[in-house]
Amino acid sequence: MDAGRTPSQTVGPYLHIGLDWLAAGQVIGTRGDLLITGTVYDGAGVPVDDALIETWQADAAGRYGGLLDDLPLGFGRTATDSAGRYRLRTDRPGAAPGDASHLHVLIFMRGLLKPLLTRVYWPGDPAIGSDPVLQRVPAARRASLLATAGDASQLHWDIHLQGPLETVFMEV
Amino acid sequence: MNDKAHAPGPVDAGTQPPYLYAPYVSTRLRAPTRPLLPLPEDAMTTVGPLFGPHAVQRRDSDLTLGGAAPPIGERLIVCGSVRDDRGRPLPGALVELWQANAAGRYRHARDDHDAPLDPNFTGCGRALTDSAGQYRFVTIRPGAYPWRNHPNAWRPAHIHFSLFGAGLLSRLVTQMYFPGDPLLPLDPVFMSTADARARERLTAHFDPHATVEAYALAFRFDIVLRGAQATPFEGA
Ligand SMILES: [Fe+2]
Repeated sequence: MDAGRTPSQTVGPYLHIGLDWLAAGQVIGTRGDLLITGTVYDGAGVPVDDALIETWQADAAGRYGGLLDDLPLGFGRTATDSAGRYRLRTDRPGAAPGDASHLHVLIFMRGLLKPLLTRVYWPGDPAIGSDPVLQRVPAARRASLLATAGDASQLHWDIHLQGPLETVFMEV
Repeated sequence: MNDKAHAPGPVDAGTQPPYLYAPYVSTRLRAPTRPLLPLPEDAMTTVGPLFGPHAVQRRDSDLTLGGAAPPIGERLIVCGSVRDDRGRPLPGALVELWQANAAGRYRHARDDHDAPLDPNFTGCGRALTDSAGQYRFVTIRPGAYPWRNHPNAWRPAHIHFSLFGAGLLSRLVTQMYFPGDPLLPLDPVFMSTADARARERLTAHFDPHATVEAYALAFRFDIVLRGAQATPFEGA
């Protein structure tokens, strides 16, 4: 039986009212040793100041799930600021054999009638060459899914909704 | 029975909105332009994020509490079920809700609509579904409000909903509308779903049974999320 899924609608510009309570800027249950930061750009290259980014990751052993104070371990939520920049503290996740370390990413904003799904991978992971999802990405666009290293405790990853640097988004 | 037949595939045309829907102007510079990458079948089978029973407090589901006095407006009960697309109820699902006040104004720095704020209304609530997959909020009827999408554009009265289901692909953000609103056919956000029957799922229904005598009318908004990705071995 197909019960008929409810259509998605945009999160709109006032999303913070309902969603900020979980947007602590740190992935739940992590030490927060690492800061991932970047800017979300629209098709005109203008920073998006009303985006929400949700992330989902495995623990150090590569397992998903679990609770901390009844909140989901490995879940992160952060909103972009007035300059279109997001900041999220986390730890490097583990990965299943053959997979490279990554965060699952969902992006919500005014102008998106349904979320965008993507991933961000850790730079320098030797498994990047064998990761089954990355291998499906045309080589010229793979860089859009790879964070770049700042100092030892910082990663940088921009999201481009359109344009020559358009981030690879996945079917949902 | 082969459960693979129920594995969620690409959505039927028109029952979900597209990314690019030109009448909703903000989609034009925000919709992706390249084809989406198909994922391997086993890439998104992880369960969660899930929430525990104390992730929210009981009073979080009553938006009429929390001020020094009750908020201005018509008090409403908004309730319904959360199920997956095989009809199975989803207990313990987190429902986050936000809305404008009765005058059509959000308590938000970017809302400059010339309508009064209500000091007794934040417009934010959350709840978990019970063991039968049911949720229930007490709130007030939100007002319609203008926006800048096109000349004399007004959003029909609506309540924003955010839901977590079995897995990441079940995640849903949507909006609930009220039956009979003359603004609905003029609203590009509502109309972005091409299929009229699918669009009807966004409209709540008056629920006389959930209506509480001498207290509040009830509107029922039943929500269906995408189910967890079935594995080839499930049910075999
Ligand atoms: Fe709204």
